[in-house]
Amino acid sequence: MRDCVIAVAATLAITCSFSAAAWSQTAPPAGATACSGCHGGRDSAMPSLQGKSASDIEAAMTAYRTGAREATVMDRIAKGFGDSETRAIAEWLAQNGAAR
Amino acid sequence: MSPRLTRRSALAGLAAGAGVFAAPAVLAQAKPRVVIVGGGFAGATCARSLAAMGVAVTLVEADQRYVACPFSNLVIHGTRDIAQQTFGYDALRAAGVDVVFARAERIEPEARRVLLPGADAITYDRLVLAPGIDMRFDALPGYDSAAAERMPHAWKAGAQTLLLRKQLEAMDDGGVVVMAVPANPYRCPPGPYERASLIAHYLKHHKPKSKLIVLDSKDTFSKQKLFMAAWQELYPDHLEWAPLASGGKTVEVDAREMTVVTEFSRHKAAVANVIPPQRAGAIAQASGLADRSGWCPIDPVSFESRLAPNIHVIGDAAIAGAMPKSAFAANAQAKHCALAVATMLRGEQAPSPKLINTCYSLVAPDYGISVAGVYQPAKGLLADVEGAGGTSPGGATSEFRAREAIYADAWFKVITDGVYG
Ligand SMILES: Cc1cc2nc3c(=O)[nH]c(=O)nc-3n(C[C@H](O)[C@H](O)[C@H](O)COP(=O)(O)OP(=O)(O)OC[C@H]3O[C@@H](n4cnc5c(N)ncnc54)[C@H](O)[C@@H]3O)c2cc1C
Repeated sequence: MRDCVIAVAATLAITCSFSAAAWSQTAPPAGATACSGCHGGRDSAMPSLQGKSASDIEAAMTAYRTGAREATVMDRIAKGFGDSETRAIAEWLAQNGAAR
Repeated sequence: MSPRLTRRSALAGLAAGAGVFAAPAVLAQAKPRVVIVGGGFAGATCARSLAAMGVAVTLVEADQRYVACPFSNLVIHGTRDIAQQTFGYDALRAAGVDVVFARAERIEPEARRVLLPGADAITYDRLVLAPGIDMRFDALPGYDSAAAERMPHAWKAGAQTLLLRKQLEAMDDGGVVVMAVPANPYRCPPGPYERASLIAHYLKHHKPKSKLIVLDSKDTFSKQKLFMAAWQELYPDHLEWAPLASGGKTVEVDAREMTVVTEFSRHKAAVANVIPPQRAGAIAQASGLADRSGWCPIDPVSFESRLAPNIHVIGDAAIAGAMPKSAFAANAQAKHCALAVATMLRGEQAPSPKLINTCYSLVAPDYGISVAGVYQPAKGLLADVEGAGGTSPGGATSEFRAREAIYADAWFKVITDGVYG
């Protein structure tokens, strides 16, 4: 049902099979959508995040932040996110890894 | 004519039997429509994100082909084909974006419509403005659009990029290349220095008796320490940087004489790359969406214009505080803006963002450096998240630099594939 306007479901609730609630449950947490600027649908020099589990992503981000894992740029980026933010991003990415 | 297109005058509409009215938009269409003006990294990303959320979106773009600026300095360097920079809009159409090729003339916030050439107009519920930049041809005496045909800026990729490349190639060994760099803010803060590096690299290997003089209107710039260390190491005989403090500010150019004039000296150039001051794309001024600085003030949470309701501004045209005017930033802003727009169409408040930027620069084809930042709204602007971001380390190994050059290349492929592929 391509025409189903998830984002405007409030106005189309009667005809729409999705609900506004369903949409907002998958709304990305702050920071999450920026990742796809480098991490695409396929592996390149930068790995795709598709198929990665939330715990793997969270562990990697935490290791970058603490310096336990060496990086060129992810260390500088990971420092911008606290524990709960990192977890929320990891969980969302695990569900929406290929999202643009 | 598709139903969203209305005639500007009611009479024309009736005469055409279209039976549609210009305003109000909410009556004209049952489903909220978002119109995006400008299909660059900002606008095209936003269009795709909105379409993916199921929002009806029309993208108005002036050109059928988009020529990307990132990596265009390698075209000038002579090692990249402009075709690798060039993208179309078929994938956006396939993703459900209604693409209209036209140069929008003006936005009327009260009527909530965009005026197109001729009598056409498109109504919207929310509009996203992403027109990028225009050169200020009134800011630097002697530098107008005609002068740019002799002294290319190459700060919009395409014909200007190829012109500068051709001039460098045709130049005799021994010719002096002069580059004029503007004061902040302008598109891509480290871009002039990447270009200077790659031109110097080209001269060193192909025109060893030539040199590049960079006349700068600033004393400090992005990734400065890293650039300058690399210049000293790689291009001691081919690159000379004159900052503001030593009279580097360009005050006038003479395109006929091929002369660049600073406060203290005149530089005769064989090739002159003049990057003039810039402002938000012309439609921003025409629609009253830019302030006196020439750029568009926005709310950092929703990216809504501070000058008109129901209009969001993203990418280079926006005043985004600490966020630089980069393709990476434009892409990140666009994805958040799509979320904000979709949320606000439901009558809810836009969520507060955290945004990321990473800009790579090539100091040589296999020598990359980067600057990164994380941003969040603070005091009405987008501010740096403290403790995050910064530049590549100084004194890194050549292996590290080579890795960053590979990441730079991968970034371009991923982002252009995500937006246009
Ligand atoms: C030499 C150079 C190197 C760069 N390197 C990098 C880099 O390595 N990394 C990076 O992140 N950034 C880089 N940038 C910056 C990057 O190119 C810009 O920040 C980015 O293009 C901004 O995107 P935008 O969508 O805001 O504007 P643009 O890309 O300029 O897109 C604007 C679009 O709007 C259209 N348009 C304008 N007015 C209208 C109208 N009235 N009606 C319809 N359509 C209209 C235009 O045709 C254009 O397609 C570089 C820039 C330069 C010049």
